[in-house]
Amino acid sequence: MKLLKLVPDDTNIHFLKWRVPFYLISMVLIAASWGLVLTKGLNLGVDFIGGQMIRVTFERSPAAPVVELREQVGKLGYGEPIIQRYGKPNEISIRMKLPEGADHDAALSDKMARTITADIKKNHDDARIDGVDSVSGKVSKELGWDAFKALGFAALAVAAYIWIRFEWQFGVGALFALFHDVSLTLGLFALTGMEFDLNIVAALLTLIGYSLNDTIVVYDRIRENMKKFRKMPMPELLDLSVNETLSRTIVTSLSVLITLVALLLLGPDVIFGFTAAITLGIFVGTYSSIYMAAPILIWLKVNPNSFVPTESALDKQERLAREGA
Amino acid sequence: MLEFPRWKVIWLWLLTLVCVAAAIPSLTSTMGLSWPSSLPEPKVNLGLDLAGGSHILLEADPSQVRQQRIEGMEESVRNKLKQDGKNIRISDISNRDGALTFVVADQSQVDAVREAVLPLTNGAGLTGKRDWDINVIDGNRFVLKPTDAGVDQAVTQAMDTAVEVVRKRIDALGTKEPTIIRSGPTRIVVQVPGLQDPQALKNLLGQTAKLEFKLVDTAALPSDVAQGIAPAGSEIVPFVSPAEGGGAPAIAVKRLGGIRGDQLTNAQQTNNQQTNEPVVNITFNTEGGAKFAKLTTQNTGKQFAIILDGKVLSAPTINEPILGGSAIISGRFTTESANALAISLRSGALPVDLKVVEERTVGPDLGADSIRKGMIAMGVGTLALMVFIFVTYGRFGVYANIALVINVLMILGIMAIINTTLTLPGIAGFVLTVGAAVDANVLINERIREERHRGRKVVAAVEMGYKEASRAIFDANITNVIAAVLMFAFGSGPVKGFAIVLMIGIATSVFTAVTLTRLWVAQWLRRARPADLNL
Repeated sequence: MKLLKLVPDDTNIHFLKWRVPFYLISMVLIAASWGLVLTKGLNLGVDFIGGQMIRVTFERSPAAPVVELREQVGKLGYGEPIIQRYGKPNEISIRMKLPEGADHDAALSDKMARTITADIKKNHDDARIDGVDSVSGKVSKELGWDAFKALGFAALAVAAYIWIRFEWQFGVGALFALFHDVSLTLGLFALTGMEFDLNIVAALLTLIGYSLNDTIVVYDRIRENMKKFRKMPMPELLDLSVNETLSRTIVTSLSVLITLVALLLLGPDVIFGFTAAITLGIFVGTYSSIYMAAPILIWLKVNPNSFVPTESALDKQERLAREGA
Repeated sequence: MLEFPRWKVIWLWLLTLVCVAAAIPSLTSTMGLSWPSSLPEPKVNLGLDLAGGSHILLEADPSQVRQQRIEGMEESVRNKLKQDGKNIRISDISNRDGALTFVVADQSQVDAVREAVLPLTNGAGLTGKRDWDINVIDGNRFVLKPTDAGVDQAVTQAMDTAVEVVRKRIDALGTKEPTIIRSGPTRIVVQVPGLQDPQALKNLLGQTAKLEFKLVDTAALPSDVAQGIAPAGSEIVPFVSPAEGGGAPAIAVKRLGGIRGDQLTNAQQTNNQQTNEPVVNITFNTEGGAKFAKLTTQNTGKQFAIILDGKVLSAPTINEPILGGSAIISGRFTTESANALAISLRSGALPVDLKVVEERTVGPDLGADSIRKGMIAMGVGTLALMVFIFVTYGRFGVYANIALVINVLMILGIMAIINTTLTLPGIAGFVLTVGAAVDANVLINERIREERHRGRKVVAAVEMGYKEASRAIFDANITNVIAAVLMFAFGSGPVKGFAIVLMIGIATSVFTAVTLTRLWVAQWLRRARPADLNL
């Protein structure tokens, strides 16, 4: 059987030649993402701003009466609801923020959810309440803070780990690649207005772990080649390492994408945002491991001598064996 | 590297078989097959977002406990000073602003009062601190302030009791397998699988069920009561339903001298024989019955108010002393509300109000739909991935694919053994793990390709492939574990479920993708001794 080969042997693409323009593009994208996040803001779910999200299916209607609902629920005096489809046209979610400064009233979110569901059921006898998420102001603040802490600690912890296993420049490079990936994902959420809830934080955390996979594989090869080719200039050595691992990078990214696409197209509608976040993350993660994480090593002045003192007796034996072979 | 002693081979297969076998009950039950009851049945629990049900987070307000302590202290101080019989007069009593203050009329009695009050305070915590600070200002004004340590201790006790009360009330509803756990110093998590409409539950838990009987202050002027002005020693209490409650929206009752209805042995919903309206029949224990008999005997002909959670249910006139130790509470109930009150009274009053600060309810249809779609996505995704891996790596792809299937079953099996809960993001974690699990095999196979390309012999290339790739595999998985651990530490509910699946998946995928495939490749190499690899 002839096996599929997506990347031919001995590729020699000069990735690093384009490092400056790609860095500029990425910087612009990162800046644009944060610009969007700060100006337009994220469409935060009730997990982080408090209030409630009610999922309703109108069992006997082809489509949910969105306009009517908006007016009806708006009349209850809690403000304008955000109504979104999340699956079929007759499946919608109604989101209602807590009024400003309502954190002190612990039971308000519960009362609002009660009033709104009762009102919907009264006016539409085919309305089936599929789910209610009701979060008070105090709890939502805690959830937001916890999410922020988890993301920050995770990024620092993995960077520290890479610093210990490699060199500090690699830790900084990994942290920068992570910052790039997370920023762009946040930018996508700000741009599309997809709801940003706790699940998306889980997606970002997964991304931190997973997008680093690519970076680590490239770094591992860079380290290996630095021991092997002591005299090779850094740009050339980085190009060699990226090319050597290119086949693996493409195949693994593709295999994760295959399952993610299945999940995007066929999976539960409720976790669409979650899957979308990870899918985008895999794309930018693969890109950043080549164009962000590797070139930064040049600017941070990594050189082959960095590894000389840390070379263990075993590695040395190995190197000699390899060089002899 | 490719040497496997026999004991190791046996051990690897045994471990694999145990984990895979543990997955079978969960799979058969999803397919609707039965499992012999004589066999152990480890099973993966479905989270509320998949099975449907309600998650409710209740919170108590510590400042309420503080206020209760101050009010309790007021009564203790009054009783204590009355008991001592030294004729100590105190005045200007206030229990507001976070402290109990009063003035001792005769300055020479200040020391005596201090001596009398001191035993009312206790040690709090391990630091040797008392639970009250006692200060005297301006020579004769006592200020009694509960210390934070004391309040913390009281809150802990109150929450322990509250958990028990909540458990009793939920059990009375007849719901299946509820989970009730303390969460942090002031919160309780209640999870009830399968509960679609949590309203009844919330109504039940929203009721503190503090029942009081207080004498109506008939001396109060109706005009003052309407304006919320109470005569000295009385307080204004609103009616539950003012429009129907006999016209008056509120009533003045004597602050002291009433009794609390917490000494009950039973409470039942019945119907009033004359009016046929739903009422609650309560039975006191001996002590409560005696108190109630005393109150009704001394106040026959007067009106007393039945107060529930600070609102008047009804204010009947005491026609005759009630000596039998049981009484009827009426108050415009429906059968349901009377029943709910009876349950609440039976399970005891909550020592502190509980507010719903978070609720997540998922209907059974949405949950079932999520499972179905999740399963389909996983099946299709896995199949497509297996085809891709097979056409890319041939024989080595087959090994990777078998490892993948075993990996999925092992994750399920381990989840069943440690009895974790599969949540909706957990399914996503599962699908993602499937995609990521082949990562290790890709790394290994690509490395073998590379080594072959450099001219290494078959066995040496395979050995180098596994050896060189394992370093990157290890590092990559550790970073995933770090992310998963932090997700578990800071995540809530469903996110925690995702983190668990991720962690199990990382462990099993390293085992199946690295160890098992190496075993198979080694066995094949020894058996077939291929001169070249189709890779």
